[in-house]
Amino acid sequence: MIMEHTVICRHVSKVYRQESVAVQALTDINLEIPKKDFACLSGPSGSGKSTLLNLIGGLDRPTGGEITVDGQRVDQLGKSELAALRLHKIGFVFQAYNLIPVLTAIENVEFVMQLQGMAAAERAVKAREILHEVGLDGLEYRRPGELSGGQQQRVAVARAIVSEPSLVLADEPTANLDSKTAENLMQLLAHMNQEHGVTFIFSTHDKLVMDFSRRLITLHDGSIVNDVRRE
Amino acid sequence: MITLQLAWRNLWRHRRRTWLTASAIAFATTLLVFMITLQLGAYDMMIDTSLRVFTGQLQVQRQGYHAKPQMRATVPDAQALAARLRAASGLDGVAARAQGFALASSVSRSYGVPVIGVEPEFEARVSTLPHLIKQGRYLSSDQAQEAVLGAALARNLKLQIGDELTLLGSGKDGSIAATIVPVVGIFESGNPELDRHLVQLPLKTFQEVFTMGDDAHAIVVSGPSHEAIPQTQATVAAQLAPGSGLVVLDWEQLIPGLRQLIQADMVQNWITYIALILIVTLSIMNTFLMSVLERTREFGIMLALGSSPWRIGVIVLLESVYLTLLGLGIGLLLGGGIAVYLHYEGFTFPGMAEIYAQFGLPGVIHPKLSFAGFTLGPAVIFVFTVLAALYPALRIRKLQPVEAIHAV
Ligand SMILES: Nc1ncnc2c1ncn2[C@@H]1O[C@H](COP(=O)(O)OP(=O)(O)OP(=O)(O)O)[C@@H](O)[C@H]1O
Ligand SMILES: [Mg+2]
Repeated sequence: MIMEHTVICRHVSKVYRQESVAVQALTDINLEIPKKDFACLSGPSGSGKSTLLNLIGGLDRPTGGEITVDGQRVDQLGKSELAALRLHKIGFVFQAYNLIPVLTAIENVEFVMQLQGMAAAERAVKAREILHEVGLDGLEYRRPGELSGGQQQRVAVARAIVSEPSLVLADEPTANLDSKTAENLMQLLAHMNQEHGVTFIFSTHDKLVMDFSRRLITLHDGSIVNDVRRE
Repeated sequence: MITLQLAWRNLWRHRRRTWLTASAIAFATTLLVFMITLQLGAYDMMIDTSLRVFTGQLQVQRQGYHAKPQMRATVPDAQALAARLRAASGLDGVAARAQGFALASSVSRSYGVPVIGVEPEFEARVSTLPHLIKQGRYLSSDQAQEAVLGAALARNLKLQIGDELTLLGSGKDGSIAATIVPVVGIFESGNPELDRHLVQLPLKTFQEVFTMGDDAHAIVVSGPSHEAIPQTQATVAAQLAPGSGLVVLDWEQLIPGLRQLIQADMVQNWITYIALILIVTLSIMNTFLMSVLERTREFGIMLALGSSPWRIGVIVLLESVYLTLLGLGIGLLLGGGIAVYLHYEGFTFPGMAEIYAQFGLPGVIHPKLSFAGFTLGPAVIFVFTVLAALYPALRIRKLQPVEAIHAV
């Protein structure tokens, strides 16, 4: 292997079976994401963006093919091994309602570190630092319901990267934000990618968001139809 | 830690729902604590009342006499022993009794009946019969030549006060025992067994007729309270010379049916209690299913972040534990408060005294303050409500992260 890859997909396919109908969501996906990549999945609705992210993140299983994340064969892991992989190696940011509503911003950020068993003092310092970095000083003790959509997404980003995962997956992180807020969030992600060297894969419909990426992968009907670097 | 904290906060997401559910648990707990303590109090009262009629709480007898009452299985020098026990225990409810069997006849009829020899002076302290004389008077002294008998027996024999009663049986030594004594009193206890069969003679008279010497068959002991029985039993047993062949029997040995009667009643009551608990449990299960379903997405996020389904299940279970403890706490305070108050004030309702009086029972029940009375109901409620949360909690194990996250 010449280059170290965070994610490798080989002949990955996914078929959803619902009663008698089978939906081919992904067909023969081959993809390599090197370390520190900042890749965007684009494509029309139903093209398979979410499906691919879920498979890489070990939230769902492929019907065929191999997926390797940080050297581990995700498609071969059991349920609890997948949970451990997600806990230690992968950060997630979803479209909306990412946060645990009964926890404050700082508690949400600490949640993953808590599951990892990190000591309270260390957790608190890290959480405070990262919240400062995402620009949420003074809002640490608000609950999600008391934060705007953009602020909530920033907390989610902070939580996804605070424990320094190998990979952050973000499925349409800006879909519920106005364009100004979306732009700010993308600047934040780009900053995190540069400063912390975190590998990002995100999906979007939004041209503006795509423009932030350094690599644009386009899906259509479950296949990769285009994959360009734009350094 | 985070698990405990999350469970606690989740509990307060829907304040009104939580309070409503906790109130249901509190209500059931209050009711159960009140009813169970009252029930236990009523049992003690029932036992006490029925023992005070005639049996007494404890009896000293010759070993084997209770199973097979033979004339010759006696307690020697019984009145002296009774006096010793009275002194040692500090109780005055101690009396000697002898028992035989005789054909009781009037001018017109005859019936086979048990005849009891009693110490008139002390009998009134171990039995309520002397106080239940409806006609005439009770026996006057140990040596008096007289008899009292039950109202139904008197009716059957067509005997009035002053009429003569002939008793014919066999004495301790096998000789014929016969006497003719006037009837001086007729008692009516409400207990048909006693009213229809029993004849009492003064103890000395009995001993003469049945050639018993100073022997009797039992020393009856009636303690101050139900709770003190085991202690009194030990005191009495300590007074019996080793190797004397005498034993101290408690009421459960003397009247085994009483405990069974109580247990049957208890089972009947528990059927009602369980029905009440089931209704509360179902409503809690409903609440928990709802609260789990509406949080599907949140659980999906937690799974995605790497929580194990197991941890989420524990959170849901803990929520039910907190909720139940909250309800139990309130219920225990209320129910316990009521029980303590009524323990001192007594529980009664209009008409109750009249109904109870017919059975010779006091018209007021005092709930029993015991560990069992306070914990039995809450413990069963706790088990049921935690079981109710188990089903929703276990469902979480089947949750698929992707589907959960897409649920709204
Ligand atoms: N749980 C499922 N059961 C059945 N079919 C599914 C399921 N999830 C996705 N699909 C199908 O798989 C295909 C890909 O869906 P996917 O959600 O990955 O698309 P997407 O690119 O994320 O679309 P969007 O931009 O609308 O989010 C679609 O045809 C969709 O209908
Ligand atoms: Mg999608």
